[in-house]
Amino acid sequence: MTKQISMKAALSRRHVMTGALGLSFAFALDNPLDNPLARAATLANERAGKALSPWVSIAPDGTITIMSAAAEMGQGSMTSLPLIIAEELDADWSKVRIVPAPPIDAIYGNPGFGGMMYTAGSNAVRSYYGPLRMFGAQVRRVLIDNAAKHWAVPAAELTTEPSAVVHAKSGRRLGYGEIAAFAEVPAKAPEIKREELKQPSQFRLIGKDVMRVELPGKVNGSIKYGIDVQVPDMLYATVLRAPVEGAAPERIDDAKAKAVKGVIKIVKLPYGVGVLAETPWAAFDARTLLVNAITWSKTGKAWGFDSEQGLQALGATARDLNAQASEWFKAGDARAELPKAATSMEAEYRCDYAYHAQMEPLNAVASVSPSGDAAEIWCGTQSQSMAQGGAAKALGIARDKVKLNDMLLGGGFGRRGPRDADFVVDAVLMSKEAGKPVKVMWTREDDVHNGRFRPLSAHYLRAGFDATGKLVAWQHRLAGDRVTPFFDPVRYEAGGRRDGILMNGGDLPGYDVPHQLVEQLYQDTGVRTAPLRAIGFTANKFATETFIDEIAVKRGIDPVAFRLELLKNTPRARKVVETVARMADWGRKRDGRGLGFAFIDYSGSLLAGAVEVSLDRANGQIRVHNFWCAIDCGVAVQPDNVVAQSESSIVYGLGLALTERISIKDGAVEQSNFYDYRVPRMNEVPMMHVEVIPTDNPPTGAGQMATPLVAPAIGGAIAQLTGVRLRHTPFTPERVKAALG
Amino acid sequence: MATSFVVNGKPASTDAPSATPLLWVLREDLKLTGTKFGCGTGLCGACTVHIDGTRAFSCQTQVSQIAGKSITTIEGLSPDSSHPLQKAWLAEQVPQCGYCQSGQIMAAADLLKQKPKPTRDEIVEHMSSNICRCGTYQRIVRAIERVAREG
Repeated sequence: MTKQISMKAALSRRHVMTGALGLSFAFALDNPLDNPLARAATLANERAGKALSPWVSIAPDGTITIMSAAAEMGQGSMTSLPLIIAEELDADWSKVRIVPAPPIDAIYGNPGFGGMMYTAGSNAVRSYYGPLRMFGAQVRRVLIDNAAKHWAVPAAELTTEPSAVVHAKSGRRLGYGEIAAFAEVPAKAPEIKREELKQPSQFRLIGKDVMRVELPGKVNGSIKYGIDVQVPDMLYATVLRAPVEGAAPERIDDAKAKAVKGVIKIVKLPYGVGVLAETPWAAFDARTLLVNAITWSKTGKAWGFDSEQGLQALGATARDLNAQASEWFKAGDARAELPKAATSMEAEYRCDYAYHAQMEPLNAVASVSPSGDAAEIWCGTQSQSMAQGGAAKALGIARDKVKLNDMLLGGGFGRRGPRDADFVVDAVLMSKEAGKPVKVMWTREDDVHNGRFRPLSAHYLRAGFDATGKLVAWQHRLAGDRVTPFFDPVRYEAGGRRDGILMNGGDLPGYDVPHQLVEQLYQDTGVRTAPLRAIGFTANKFATETFIDEIAVKRGIDPVAFRLELLKNTPRARKVVETVARMADWGRKRDGRGLGFAFIDYSGSLLAGAVEVSLDRANGQIRVHNFWCAIDCGVAVQPDNVVAQSESSIVYGLGLALTERISIKDGAVEQSNFYDYRVPRMNEVPMMHVEVIPTDNPPTGAGQMATPLVAPAIGGAIAQLTGVRLRHTPFTPERVKAALG
Repeated sequence: MATSFVVNGKPASTDAPSATPLLWVLREDLKLTGTKFGCGTGLCGACTVHIDGTRAFSCQTQVSQIAGKSITTIEGLSPDSSHPLQKAWLAEQVPQCGYCQSGQIMAAADLLKQKPKPTRDEIVEHMSSNICRCGTYQRIVRAIERVAREG
């Protein structure tokens, strides 16, 4: 095993590097125990040999420990981020082990989210790529400088091979572990110029597929998710929450629940009723007995809300050009140009609420100290910062009094990162009440009923054409529930009160449309909302890409040709469109089947998708046979994983397009489990054909980008097959039959 | 009253009430956490185990039904991840979040025991009992086909 350095020794040395690329590394060791940065370095020391930076420690046996700052929820960041460091460090990947980084925003925070530790938006590789390459190169330089001093030769004469520094002139070499044993680490990180980083052609790891590091533990049951945590003396709990956000239990008739064998106590919480028990089964049994035994206060905004009526109201608001809207995106002057247009078109699209349905129901384990002044928590979270902060806030203690053990996530999709850390707070409050460690698990029903959804939305679009028929002006009025103000009010305020989770994707990047206006009509229905895989893009691209398709059809232009015309100034985008057209053999008609197409520029990742469908007109059932997709996300750090993520995104998009629907009556969710919230099963997914188009552009996202392609592509295919346009997702059989008339 | 049974070849027993789902006995009492809780209603397959050699949803199996039976969980499928399906799952890089994969592998092992060379349609029909929210279905099919082909 690795040699450990005592804490005293670690603290006595100035072994942490400083400074680079917007992430602050500066720290003083005068009072190290009060300094979280120093603690991180110490932690790295204790874990594996010498900390050569807060990110990398190297043990004398050559084991290289790399910190992983991102949450692993299936998207592969636990492999791809450390791999980026390993590339520039020139590490032997087989000697690398990966540990979760401690929750220290100042060191490990995501530059894409203001330095908070938060994994979302498919931006882990995108945001960390530059800094991590630099950090890897800095550690490599420290090793080279130490070897140079050791051999008394100029550093310029030294090169590296995987995990070794080589002096070719004298034929000498030193392994990284050997150097680490005597290395002196400078107080300031060495300066590396960008041009000193590797050229993509020199990459040994980036762009080559390696085994995802955590997969072996995922085929034998050994890997631990939050729900698998067990600590000594632990009790179990579950929480029946108020059906409406903001409501509280007023009267609890808990006689029956209390009588369940193994139930310890029923706990009134500010937002629900907790059951504390000796076993999970007793907790769940008692919860069932509480379902109709609680009177809820009528506080909270969503009481009385009905999503069917709500959607009608949103549609009316979007169409009412006098309704007050805020500008989300503007190019040119669409307001002035639309009335001048030679011809125009308009259409309205609608999308229902959707639920994350991550396979691991929400859960957390907490152990609160008897006096409530400290806590240890275990959970799978998309944001170490928010999990720790949410727990601290619930206890009224400082954030650093909460020790976080972040576990693997059984799916996230945006659900596991709310600012209020709802599922973590459950465990904290129940542990405080119990005076013991408590594991809180949500039932699937509670996970659905208390879901935080992709918002309800209505989209009114207008397009204006000049005398030659060219699309010149575009307006998109979007009415939907607020999302960012609910799920992360801190980010909403800090970000200029713009609701990016609702609005992103409402415009037309890449398309040559000179006058564009995207407007937000802010609604607060009181319904719980959250980012859900591909956020606003799923609804907004359904609206914009379907409208583009309708325009092409009306003008008698092939939908692919129309997109290529609109993308004439965007070669990378044309390439993905042309690639998919070729893959799908776009021009070939199929008997009884329709083909549909979509293009998207998703935060710089360029994708196109084509789909082949058939339709059972008698029952309205759409069957999807093939899906072709091409993605250009710049440098693909792990190409096969980009393919896997694209397949995953397509399946997710299929559910949102065809079956997944949350409805709300009197403020409460009507669905309960997988029988009435239908996610795709194996017998419903198409053959998926994905091509990654590698380019040397900086990496952009890959974890969710294909999801928004699916609904507009299917809609286009049904239009081609039937002449009927579907304008409301999901395309349930009832809606399809109604549209066919 | 204790209920006795066999798990992964070793004798086990539980004092849990007779209506307790086997899932919770496996996970919390026997600490075999590879078997997962997903829906609690037999809809997702994350809790799939083998009982006397045939697949079963452990969330729908009560303690009263397992007396004297032999249960295999993912931890008992092979001692060292050497089951052909486990190897194929890695070769095809199937898991993403991985939470459903114990259940998927146990369902697939049941299929191959009944039918070592299933057609694609047979694979799809058999495996549609199990939900993967990450949508790894295409790779699951490939991994099962790999085992059917290579044994």
